[in-house]
Amino acid sequence: MHAINPTIDRRELLDQLVPNPDEYLIITGLAGSARDTATLTDDGDNLFTMAGCMGAAVSMGLGTALAAPDRQVLVITGDGELMMNLGSLASVATMAPANLTIICIDNGCHGETGGQTGHTSNRTDLEMIAKGAGLAATMTLVDPADIPSAATFLKDRPSPRFLLCRVMDGPPAAYKRNMDPAECRARFRAHVQNTA
Amino acid sequence: MGGGNWLCSWASRRFRAVTQEVFVSSENPNQAWSQTMFDQFVDAGVTLFPYIPDAGNKALIEIVDAHNEARSVLLTSEEEGVAVCAGADLADEKGVLCMQSSGVGNIPNFLTFVKGARFPILMMVSMRGEYGEQNPWQYPMGQAVEPIMEAMGVLTFWVHEPDDLEKATTAAINAAFKGGQSAALILSQKFLGAKAF
Repeated sequence: MHAINPTIDRRELLDQLVPNPDEYLIITGLAGSARDTATLTDDGDNLFTMAGCMGAAVSMGLGTALAAPDRQVLVITGDGELMMNLGSLASVATMAPANLTIICIDNGCHGETGGQTGHTSNRTDLEMIAKGAGLAATMTLVDPADIPSAATFLKDRPSPRFLLCRVMDGPPAAYKRNMDPAECRARFRAHVQNTA
Repeated sequence: MGGGNWLCSWASRRFRAVTQEVFVSSENPNQAWSQTMFDQFVDAGVTLFPYIPDAGNKALIEIVDAHNEARSVLLTSEEEGVAVCAGADLADEKGVLCMQSSGVGNIPNFLTFVKGARFPILMMVSMRGEYGEQNPWQYPMGQAVEPIMEAMGVLTFWVHEPDDLEKATTAAINAAFKGGQSAALILSQKFLGAKAF
């Protein structure tokens, strides 16, 4: 068992880690990570959030990173979403894009469906898995005092980089984002083309 | 075990490996049509070829890897490839997911990108479990390819005969990248040949 008792409130995390979200094209997984990131960007045009397709976030970010090598791509997802597609980390490592950052908000449970215990509350360490998959740089953030150094990690360490954030089991940010996936696709594509 | 025996056994294994490699690389019967298909994909603007290795796409991926702009993306599961193609579409790039028919069973949830979000996903499926199949394990998924594709809103374009290839490839490309649909180019075992067991 992990002897970790996280004290970071996820609702106060992303704006410290990613102070300039406009610099990224951002893909998120479903549920909490989507709401946290929609709050960060005010559901911006540079954001594609999911509300299904559990496990797709890292692979989708890989596709965007390969297609837009001159843009910085940020994937923000949860531990349950990432656990559903661990192989995607190996695919990222093999392609080794120079512009891909992955943040995993790990609350150790399935918050969206009732808070059922997840593997990372038991013996599973997602940073070790990302490191073993072959990502260029990995870090685990547990102590709120280390948030500034985690923000520096995201900026300075080689890509593809992976930051695991152990957070308290608590609610994500409250935000009503656009849930129409076709509209979100069209707006994201327009953003990419308008900012090329 | 004596050193001589070990060496002999090693040499024999090594020889087999080398002859197999030479056979596949220089005499792969899929080489010619794979080149035709690749040229059509590239002409349509495809740059990314996410794939799960299969005998039916081996020659195609070798051609991709020898090209200076096209890129293959080795996956661990076919569903990853649907998301890779969708992510590339977000940045206005085109991909084609290459996989064996058994992998179609791994992708339906991610085909939400097709039916729900209207991402135009293009796939190249090499069939097992249909014409001439001798492995009973392959039939369940092979026979489920059409119903799964239909259920999730993916159009299918079959290649049964050599003459079908170019037209079906054009039709699948047009459905996806001009028509905004999702399309699977499906290569039958009648076209590919069935593996002997």
